[in-house]
Amino acid sequence: MTTTETAARRAPLTKAQIAARVADEIPDGSYVNLGIGLPTLVADHLATGRGITLHTENGMLGMGPSPEPDDVDPDLVNAGKIPVTELPGASYFHQADSFAMMRGGHIDVCVLGAFQVSATGDLANWSTGAPDAVPAVGGAMDLAIGARRTVVMMNLLTKDGRPKLVERCTLPLTGVGCVSRIYTELAIIDVGPDGAHVVELFGTTHAELEKMLGLTLGPTLGRTR
Amino acid sequence: MSAARFAPSALDALGDVADGATVMIGGFGPAGQPTDLVEALLEQGASDLVVVSNNAGNGDDPLARLIQRGRVAKMVCSFPRQVDSWHFDSAYRSGAVELELVPQGNLAERIRAAGAGIGAFYTPTGFGTPLAEGKEHRRIDGVDHVLEYPIHADVALVRADRADGVGNLVYRKTARNFGPIMTAAARRAVVQVREVVPTGTLDPEAVVTPGIYVDAVVEIAGNATIAMKESA
Repeated sequence: MTTTETAARRAPLTKAQIAARVADEIPDGSYVNLGIGLPTLVADHLATGRGITLHTENGMLGMGPSPEPDDVDPDLVNAGKIPVTELPGASYFHQADSFAMMRGGHIDVCVLGAFQVSATGDLANWSTGAPDAVPAVGGAMDLAIGARRTVVMMNLLTKDGRPKLVERCTLPLTGVGCVSRIYTELAIIDVGPDGAHVVELFGTTHAELEKMLGLTLGPTLGRTR
Repeated sequence: MSAARFAPSALDALGDVADGATVMIGGFGPAGQPTDLVEALLEQGASDLVVVSNNAGNGDDPLARLIQRGRVAKMVCSFPRQVDSWHFDSAYRSGAVELELVPQGNLAERIRAAGAGIGAFYTPTGFGTPLAEGKEHRRIDGVDHVLEYPIHADVALVRADRADGVGNLVYRKTARNFGPIMTAAARRAVVQVREVVPTGTLDPEAVVTPGIYVDAVVEIAGNATIAMKESA
């Protein structure tokens, strides 16, 4: 029995399981930025003692979890404008420093959500392309290209069943060739100059996945870090 | 630049803002919004403004009302869309306000560059995306970069926590955000602080914005964001 067939017996991952898997693969001691949306779940799975420091683009390292309602401080928010707390060793800095930290390659890992990722690692996550939509980009483009490693956490299909891992993004791009790995409910897939390669499958087979995505995927490489 | 002037009111600190002026407004969401100074700008009456700010107003806050009243011709910002940005959304859809959407790091660096006297800079952020269309680009060390120009302003409105008698500023937590770079990028920087303290009582090692960048200071009793929280 091949690895792929064994994998097919597993159930798809829940959001919490995807987040736990992302957290598990972040090296101890990393400086990490978690994007708005699904990636914020990763924080719940980063055990203290691993020396992982969270960066928030609005100007803080050492971000802690949400405060108790009575301890909310309007001067202390994260990139989603949600109240957070400071951990021992936290620091504050202005916006140009915060983005220099990203662009300058000082942030080790960035976890982002996505509308589409291409097999070569292009990312589209800031605009649905709808003509009447009010656009907003925030720090997405800086994060995508700035971190030493950018990974994506997302559902593999849209709500109406269309693949989000595509040969070529049709939505407006956030960054070119910036994503290394995607974590989804059905598969962990590496993307990049050599195309898409399956790392691990959950509740599907290699052949089913290729059919679902309409893509040729490189062989399952086995679990790697 | 002359020493900071201490004004008795936000309107007095704001001084004269001309029609068509470029105004930088600090803040990221609720943190660091100079709400009293923007309220003063509403009252002062300048129109046809170019506003440089990360966001484009929430609910009926002063920046949102400035947009609602048609006083803003153009917004330069990274994240205008919010769940409660209805005044901007409506003005944008009707064409009443122009939008220059800038990736947040490019916005920050363009503001920083203005304050630092940099003529332009190459950045990898945005290359290959719609936001870099029509911009000059160059491959440097194998990485594609986009040419970006500084953003200067006539006046910056910023909120800090404390100022001393020469205009040195310290901020509070993530309310620092755009304050230090906006005070440097504008010809005139107007700052509202929670407290003015005697010169010599701020640790010089801990001063974030040196007074050289600050032109006018107004002390607003209490904490603006706490007030916002209580009214929310």
